[in-house]
Parts: sequence; structure tokens; C-alpha cells
Amino acid sequence: MLHLLWLIPAFPLASFVVLATLGKRMPRRMVPVLGAGSVGLSAIVSIIITVNFLSSPPPGNHFTQLLWTWIDVGGFRPEIAFYLDSLSLLMTLVVTFVGFLIHFYSGEFMEEDEGYSRFFAYMNLFVASMCILLLGSNLLLLFMGWEGVGLCSYLLIGFWYRDPVNGLAARKAFIVTRVGDTAMTIGLFLLFANLGTLDIQELMHRALAQWPMGSVLPVAAGLLLLGGAVGKSAQLPLQTWLPDAMAGPTPTSALIHAATMVTAGVYLIARTHVLFSLAPAAQLAVAVVGAATLILAGFSAITQSDIKRVLAYSTVSQIGYMFLALGVGAWSAAIFHFMTHAFFKALLFLGAGVIIESLHHEHSIFKMGGLRKEMPVAFWTFLAAGCSLAGLPLITAGFYSKGLIIWETWSSTRGSAALWVAAVFGVLLTSLYTFRLIFLVFFGEKKTQIHKRPGFRMMMPCVVLAILSVLGGYVEAPVFFGNVHPFSEFMQLALPPATEGPLRGMSEIVSESLVTVAFLIGLYVAYLFFVRKREYAEAITTPAIAKSLHRFWYTDWGMDWLYERVFVRPILWFARVDKSDVVDYIYSGIALVTELLFHGVRKTETGRMRWYAAGIAAGSIIFLAVVLFL
Amino acid sequence: MASVPMHQGLLLAGILFSLGLLGLLVRRNVVFTLMSLEIMLNAAGLAFVVAGARWGQADGQIVFMFILTMAAAEVSVGLALVLRIYHRFKTLDTDAVSEMRG
Amino acid sequence: MILVWLIAILLVAGILAEISGRISTLWPRVISLAAVILDFAIALVLWRGHSAEITLATQNEWFKEVDWSWVPQYGIHFHLAMDGLSLLMIVLTFLLGIMSVLASWNEIQEGVGFFHLNLMWILAGIVGVFLSVDLFLFYFMWELMLVPMYFLIAIWGHERRIYAAVKFFIFTQISGLLMLIAILTLYFIHHSVTGVYSYEYKDLLGTALTPHTAMLLMLGFFIAFAVKLPMFPFHTWLPDAHTEAPTAGSVILAGLLLKTGAYGMLRFVVPLFPGAAHQFAPIAMLLGVIGIIYGSVLAFGQTDLKRLVAYTSVSHLGFALVGIFAWNPIALQGVLIVMIAHGISTGALFMLVGGLQERTHTREMDRLRGLWATVPVMSGVVMFFAIASIGLPGLGDFVGEFLTLLGTYRVSLGVTVAAVIGILISTLYALKVIQRAFHGPNAHVWSLPDLGKRELLMMIPMMLILLWIGLYPQPLFRTFEPAMRKLQQYAAPQPVLTAVPETHQLSYDQNGLPGINRR
Repeated sequence: MLHLLWLIPAFPLASFVVLATLGKRMPRRMVPVLGAGSVGLSAIVSIIITVNFLSSPPPGNHFTQLLWTWIDVGGFRPEIAFYLDSLSLLMTLVVTFVGFLIHFYSGEFMEEDEGYSRFFAYMNLFVASMCILLLGSNLLLLFMGWEGVGLCSYLLIGFWYRDPVNGLAARKAFIVTRVGDTAMTIGLFLLFANLGTLDIQELMHRALAQWPMGSVLPVAAGLLLLGGAVGKSAQLPLQTWLPDAMAGPTPTSALIHAATMVTAGVYLIARTHVLFSLAPAAQLAVAVVGAATLILAGFSAITQSDIKRVLAYSTVSQIGYMFLALGVGAWSAAIFHFMTHAFFKALLFLGAGVIIESLHHEHSIFKMGGLRKEMPVAFWTFLAAGCSLAGLPLITAGFYSKGLIIWETWSSTRGSAALWVAAVFGVLLTSLYTFRLIFLVFFGEKKTQIHKRPGFRMMMPCVVLAILSVLGGYVEAPVFFGNVHPFSEFMQLALPPATEGPLRGMSEIVSESLVTVAFLIGLYVAYLFFVRKREYAEAITTPAIAKSLHRFWYTDWGMDWLYERVFVRPILWFARVDKSDVVDYIYSGIALVTELLFHGVRKTETGRMRWYAAGIAAGSIIFLAVVLFL
Repeated sequence: MASVPMHQGLLLAGILFSLGLLGLLVRRNVVFTLMSLEIMLNAAGLAFVVAGARWGQADGQIVFMFILTMAAAEVSVGLALVLRIYHRFKTLDTDAVSEMRG
Repeated sequence: MILVWLIAILLVAGILAEISGRISTLWPRVISLAAVILDFAIALVLWRGHSAEITLATQNEWFKEVDWSWVPQYGIHFHLAMDGLSLLMIVLTFLLGIMSVLASWNEIQEGVGFFHLNLMWILAGIVGVFLSVDLFLFYFMWELMLVPMYFLIAIWGHERRIYAAVKFFIFTQISGLLMLIAILTLYFIHHSVTGVYSYEYKDLLGTALTPHTAMLLMLGFFIAFAVKLPMFPFHTWLPDAHTEAPTAGSVILAGLLLKTGAYGMLRFVVPLFPGAAHQFAPIAMLLGVIGIIYGSVLAFGQTDLKRLVAYTSVSHLGFALVGIFAWNPIALQGVLIVMIAHGISTGALFMLVGGLQERTHTREMDRLRGLWATVPVMSGVVMFFAIASIGLPGLGDFVGEFLTLLGTYRVSLGVTVAAVIGILISTLYALKVIQRAFHGPNAHVWSLPDLGKRELLMMIPMMLILLWIGLYPQPLFRTFEPAMRKLQQYAAPQPVLTAVPETHQLSYDQNGLPGINRR
């Protein structure tokens, strides 16, 4: 049954082709059937394969399906081949399943839109590319999926193309992620030039065999791949595109910019974990990037007023946790958090979509409020996801995945106390911005009239995801609370376990308790400022310094401002100044000189015969004189 | 037969040529221009003849025959042009016929 | 003999088109189309034969060959020969030939007969360039493709056509003369060494040259090809010529004429002067990479859609230059794909821009805006080719650029890094095209007809071919492989002359160009 693997990307791809070519002529209600149905089929195939993989594991716990040899030139031989192991299987399963739910939701959400079939075509292409990214057995095929999802992200952010603002956001996303891809491309060159292959498993074997621990090459390769990962996963310093990417339709934000594509960087690093194990410096860089991002993005999230931007910064911050986990060698914890995050963040976006739709496309959380009673299903599902995001202890999935990361940040050999402190502080921030959002949107008094209520097709995925956001964590429980680890065990078929360092005076339960404390502080502050004493929130933002700090965080720590001046404007300036190509002036200069000479010589052409005769005579005399006397 | 010294012959040819050239440069009447050209041609011919006599060869005289033929051809074409010019411009002034200036 | 037919069909069709053009405007189009399709079919049959022959592993020097004596006293032959490289180039030529005839179906209404005469003769010249292995014949064909191209731009071009045509002509002509000098010098040196007058490629390979002479001769060839390529800083004729030419002219210029430059580098510059080329490689690669980045930035700065596409050629052919001078199998295979994929993607973009100009009578992006709403299919197709040209994996250009740079990485890290940054900048111009022309509000309230049947007939095959090259380029590699090995063999390091043997002492004039003492 594992041979069905190729069908997972093939279904959405075929559906993309049909929708792109015939979508306009197709009956309108066929569009979501095809669009969501193809992803549903992929999800079913994924489930079949998962069952199969668990019940009768293939030899070595991995399976490769070779379709054809892509290129075979001078020893460079990437193949179109899919590689299945527990890592790629789990991620494919999550992508197709969550992808299906979001497609299902979009069937209603996008119903009124004129670009109905175009939307599903892009979304299908995205799912196909994402599956190719996950299943590709070599880095080149992975890169094909990588660029494919980037393209779809661009297309979908700019989906409502009439508004130039959306186009700007789309271009920003594509270009910024491509900056990272530039580094990644060079990384691929480096890996091939030094190890002679791009097949991931072979690459890992050869790296292990040929490269000594901590030598220059793995560090360089690791950092270059990290460059690609921070671009795609919106980590420092390339995180600026993700908040703007919220210009796209909300299902897009849920699928691409929260649940799946942005975690591609996490997948890349987990996939090439051997390289990072060989390069402690690069791995430390991953951890530091993750820790810095989660805190910076947390602060930015607190200040946002657009519901989707809050969630966007929260995504950046949560992916920061995954990077932190990767950076300390907690590979399976990172994937665990990827999975729970995919559930609750997709749900948060879908919930946000429901709210925005109901309130005449209102995005500002300050104009919402009191929706708890008006939209109970939306409230309860959103609350479940929010609690999972903030890490409500013991009940929600987010608590288990985040707690595991934080614990391993402390306990792993590559972890450290500073990283741990950052991670725990991040919990406080997360809880603060999450409950700020929930209190502002669902509590208080009603500010905007509800204009339409979502139907079954939009609420069903929310409910399913809400259940998963809560229950999804029970596949992995800490020592003091059941001590079951099926998830880690499954992941360890592909990824090494985190190496336990010396226990530095703290046990897991203490760590988890401190996380709980941080969660409660955040919750209390949010409750104090946004429910009990709204005037506190105003009072704290009145001083000038608080205002400028607020603006600083609100504008993402001024990084857009910086990039605008350092990169964007110089290039625009140069392109404008050099529009007519400086080099051409050399040639027009030559042409000009020739023309001037022509004008000079032309003056002698008087048309008077006697002048010519005189010229001939004088010329002859001079010539003779020169010949005779010189 | 008393032979004329070569340098005298060449001197005469040079003087004739210079006169012709002078005439060509100063006269504006196209008929005089043609006449000056004839003088210059004949001066060159004379130089050939003198040179031929100096070396005792017939070549100089043969070339002179060529020059005469060419001069005849040139005059016939030239005079035809003169007639056309006169018809068109009603003048024989060469400077008036300077339509081909750059 | 079949090779002669390839050229003769085009020449005859051109004359027939001109004659029939006096009767109706339809006949020249039909005759030209039939001729190119016939040639295309022949080329495909040849390709099949070639593939079969590779699997038989025969070691023929050439796959097909015609060798007639032309001016025996001076060793001039009418010598055409085909190997994998020229075969692929010719298939591309006829493919784009069909496209350019189709592209001018509605666009050209004046002087239809003469237009097709020129078109056919350009194609004939290009085929000749790809097939000639006699340097005299090569030069002849080189000039043959130039003159009708001049007419094509000067008669059927846009606003500044005369300026563009003259500029194009002067650039290529002067550089061509440098090549002529180099050819003649090589010819005489070869004679002084061996006593045989020959323009034969095979004979001239490995002619003993002093390093200094070799460098000068190499530069003579190099500059001629670099201008055609076009290489920074000789690129400035290109935007004018491409912008002003009619659509068919732009397609042929970008798709084929530029490729003759790259082809010449592959076939002549490196194999004839391996030592000098090796020595010169760093500079050539540097200029190539400057072209990649500078071309992209310039393209980004343009507002005229056609001019923008024209500048992208400067950028893309930079990859070809870099790859050729990296000269290893991966890079060379990459160059081949760059040449073919660029021919198709840029050719298609020119056709689309031409189609837009037919509809809107403007090429200014600011005057277009928001066309997606009115021509969705066309916009999608433009998007396809735009993302192909920025090297999206799965489409042809990516394979070429990736392999080229993968090969180059082994030679120079700096060049590779700079070139990858060039790819990044290419994103800017592609997105600019989409944003400025197709996205945004339809402010000028354009309402235009979408792609018609004829246009779809042109676009769909080109899209499929790009996909095919992107996903399964192996047949191209296999076809090129034997030819590439042979080229590499010619260019294998040879003993460099250190002292000049007495028997072929050369004298140099002030320009450093060798004159020959015939003793």
C-alpha cells in the first residue's frame, strides 16, 4: 500500500490542472467538490499509508518510491523520488488533513468570490507543492516544493489583486523568502560540491562519515540552510513578510501562513538534523534565532490591533519555539509542537475568518467585543485554540508540546539556562496576547452588528480542529502525568532523541510548574487590563516613552523601516537613475564624436569647384613635400 | 639637331602647369576653367615628351598621344556639361553652380 | 545532403514567398509556415536517428555531414556537419521559426512577401551558422543572418526602428569584422605551420600558436560572440533592437540570434584556443556575472514592457557565459538548457507582449494596469513564462541555471554567489511585470479580447516544452553528451608553445596583430 505514496501530491496537482484550465467553464458548485475533494483523497491516502506504516513497518522504517530520474549529468543525479519515514509521514498527514479541513471551510468562505475556481486551483497547487516538499527524497526535489509553496503563497496573498496593497504584501513575501532561498541554493551547491550528492539520506551518511564534528563545512552548510529556513519560516531577521501576508484570504492565512508552509523551515532543519548535530555553532544559531524571534514577535503581538496580525505574530513566535527546540536538539519536540500548532493555529485563523465575515470584514479587535453570547460555537472553539496556544496546563495540547520544548531546553546538552528563561518568558507573553485577544473580541460590550452567521461548512472544520487542539497533546505526556511517549517513539524512527545533559538542579515537574506560573501571570495581566480595569491599559500607554515603545513594537521593532532604507530604496533609486543604462552613454558618446567630426568635415564640402582644385593642388604639394623631404 | 636641355623643357612644362593651375583657381568662367585644364594636361604631356627625349625612348610621345585623346574626350564631355550648365543656370560662373555643398 | 536541404528549403521558400506576396498576403504566410514545419519535421526525424545512433555507441565524427569543395585554391569548402549540439540548436531554430511565422500572422500587413523573404533567410543563415564547420562558410552565414535582420527591424519595426537597426548592424558588423580578421590570421598561421590552406574547423583545431597570438585571436572571436550574446558591456544594442523589432524579429533575436553567440563560444572560442580561453576565463566569468546582475537591475528599472523583457536576456545569457567558461560537464549541460529554455520562455514573453501591443497599442506598463480582469488566460500565461524566467523549479530555466551554477561553484565561489543574487534580483522584475501590467485596479478600463486559438496554439506547446525540460531534461542531455565530450576533448590542455619555432616566425604590427612572413 505504500506504493500509493505518489498519489498524495498527484491528486491536488491533477485538480489544479483541471481547475486552472477548465475552472471558468465548470459549474460553480463543482469547484469546491473538486478542490476540496482532491485534498480529501490525499488525506485518505495519507491515512491509509499511516495505518499501513504502523501495522507493517517497511524495512528500516523508511520507504523510497522512485518515479523517474530527473537529471543525470556528470555525477549529479537527483531523482524524482519520494522518501517516506515517520517524520515526512507525520507532516504529510497533518498537511493533508488540516489542508482538507481548510479547503472544506473555503468552500463556503469563498463562495461569493469571483475568483472561486482560481482560489481552489492555487490552494491545490499549494498542497501538491507542500507534499512534494515533505516527501522529496533529495534536496533538489525538496527545493522544487519549497519554491512551489513560495509561489502559491505569493499568488494567494495577492489573490485579491485589484488592491495594490495586497500586491505589495505578496511581492514582499515572495522576495523576502527568496532572500533566504538564495542562501539555501548556495548551501545546496556547497553540499553537492563537497559530498557529491543531494539525496538527503545519502548526504547525511556521507556528512557523518567525512566531516569531523564542528569543522567549517558543516557549519557553513548548516548556516546556509538556516538562511533558507528563516526566510520560509519567518524568523529573525526575515520575519517581516509574514504579518503583511495576512492580506490574503483568511483560509490561506490558516493553511499557508500558519499551519503548514511556514513550518517548512522547521522540517528542513529536522530533515538535515545530522548536519546540525555536526555543527554546534550552526545549531546554536538556530536556537538563538528561535529564542530571539519568539520574544520579539511576542512583544509585537501584544501591540497589534488587527486580529489577523496578532495571530501572525503569534505564528512567528510559535515557530520560534520550534526553532528553539531544533536548536537544542529536541527534534521530536519541535515536530510535536508543529503538529499541535497546526491544529490550534489553523483553528484560530478559521475562527478569525468566521468573526471577520460576520462583522462586515472588520479586522480591528477594538471594534469587536461581546461576541461570546452572539456566536457561542465560534467562541468555544476559539477559546479552545487560544488556550492551547497559551498552554493551559494539563488540558490542552499546546501545554504538552510547549512544555516539552521548554523542559528539553533546560535538560538537553545543547540547551542552556538563558534559552530556558527566554522560553518561559515567551509563555508569559503568549498567554498575555492570547487572552488580550480573547477578552477584547468575545467579552465586554458588543460594538459591531453581526451581519451573517457562518454555516455548517465553516463551523464543522472548526469543531474538528478544536477537538484536536485539546486532545492532540495526549500522544505525549510528561513523566509526572502519565509518562506516555508514543509520539516520541514514533518520531525516533527518523530522528534521534534529545541527549539528556546533566540535570541542572531542576526536574521536569518544576519546569512545567514555572511554565504554569508564567501562563497564569500572563492570563491575570490580560484579565486585569482588558476586562476589569480597561483604564489601566489606557493609562499605561499615555506616557510619551510608552507611546514610542508601543509604536516600535507595533512596527515590528522597526525592521521594515530599516530594510526599506538599507535595501529597497537604494535598489529602486539605482534602477530609476540607471533606467537608460549608463553603459550606453559610452556608445552614444562614440556616435556623438563621429557626428561632430562629420559636421566639421562637412564644412569643407562647399560645392565650389575652384576650392576643390585648390585642395587637390595643395594636397599634392604637401604629399610631394613630405615624400621628398622627409 | 640642337637639342633643348632637359631642365629647360621641364621648366617650361612646370611654368605651363602652374599657369594652368593658377587659371583654374582664379577664373570663375567655366570655359576658362576648361582651357586651364587643357593647359595643365598639355604641360604634363610636354613633361612626358621631354622625359622621352632625355632617355631616347618613344614612350613619352606615346603617352602624349594618350593624353591628347583623353583631353579630346574630356573637352567633348566638358563642353556638353558647359552647355547644360548654361541652359540651366543661365550663367557660366562655376561658383554659382555649387548646389552639391555638404 | 539532408543538411543542405534544411537550408535550401528556407531559401527557396523565401523567394517563393516574395513572388507570391505580389498576388496575395496569405500565400507568403502559408508557404513560409509550410517550409518551416517541413524543416522542423526533418529535424525531429534527424533527432530520432541521432538518439538511435547514440545507443548504438558509434563513434562517428559527425552525425551528418556534407562536404563540397567550393574554392579549392584557397581551401574553402561548403562543409556542413551536425552533432548533438547543432542538432538541438536547429530543432530550437525551427520551433521558434514556426512561432515567429505564426506570431506575425496578423501583425504584419505591409510588404508581406518581402517580410517572409527576410524571415526565411534569417532562419537559413542561423541554420547555416549552427551547421558550418568551415570557418569561411561560417563567416558567410554569420553575415547572411545579419542583413535580413537589419531589414526586418528597419522596415517593420516600431517608432525608433532606424536607430535600432543601424545600432544593431554597426555593433554586430564591427565585432564580426574582428572575427574575420581572427579567422584570416588563423588561416594564414595554419598555412605557415602546415603549408596547407584550410578553413576547416578540424584542421584549425590545435594549430600551434604562441600564447600571445592565441590570446589575440581568441579575443577576436570572443568579442564577436560576446556582442551577439550579449555580454556586458557590449549589450546596449540589444534593448533597442529587441524593443523596436516586430514580434517575429524579437523572438528570433532573443531566441536564436543570441544563441549563435553562445554556440560560437562553445564551438569555436574554447576548442580553438583552449589555453587562452582558460587564461581569460576569470574575466569572462566576471563579465558574465556582472551581466546577470546588471541586466536584472536594468530590467527592473524599465517601464516599457518589451524593453524589460529585452534586458532579461542580458541577464539570462550571462549564465551561459559563466557556464561556458566554467567548462565542466555539469556547467556545459546547464548552458545547453539555459540556451533552449531561454529561447522558449523569452520568445514566448515577446510574443505575449507583442499580442498585448496589438490589442492595446502600448507597451508602457503604467498605461496597462489591471489586465487580469479582462484577459485572465493571457495573464496566466504571462505569469507562467515570467516565473519560468526567474527560475522556478519544475520549469526549464531552473534546470539550466541550477546546473550552470552547480558546475560553476567548483570553479569559483564568488561568481556563483553573485549569480545566485542575480536570480534573486530577477524576482523583482518578474513580479513588477505581473503587478504593473496585470494586477491592480483596471484603471484604464481596458476591455480586450483574450488569447485566441492561434495564440493558444503557440503558447500551449511552449508551456508544455518548458515543463518537459523542467521535469525530464534527460533526452536533451543525452543528445548533447557526445558532442560535449568531443568539445572537451578538443579543449583538453595541450602543450603550450614556449619558444616560437624558427619555421613559423611571426611578425607583429603595431596593433599586435600578427602578419605573416611567407618564407
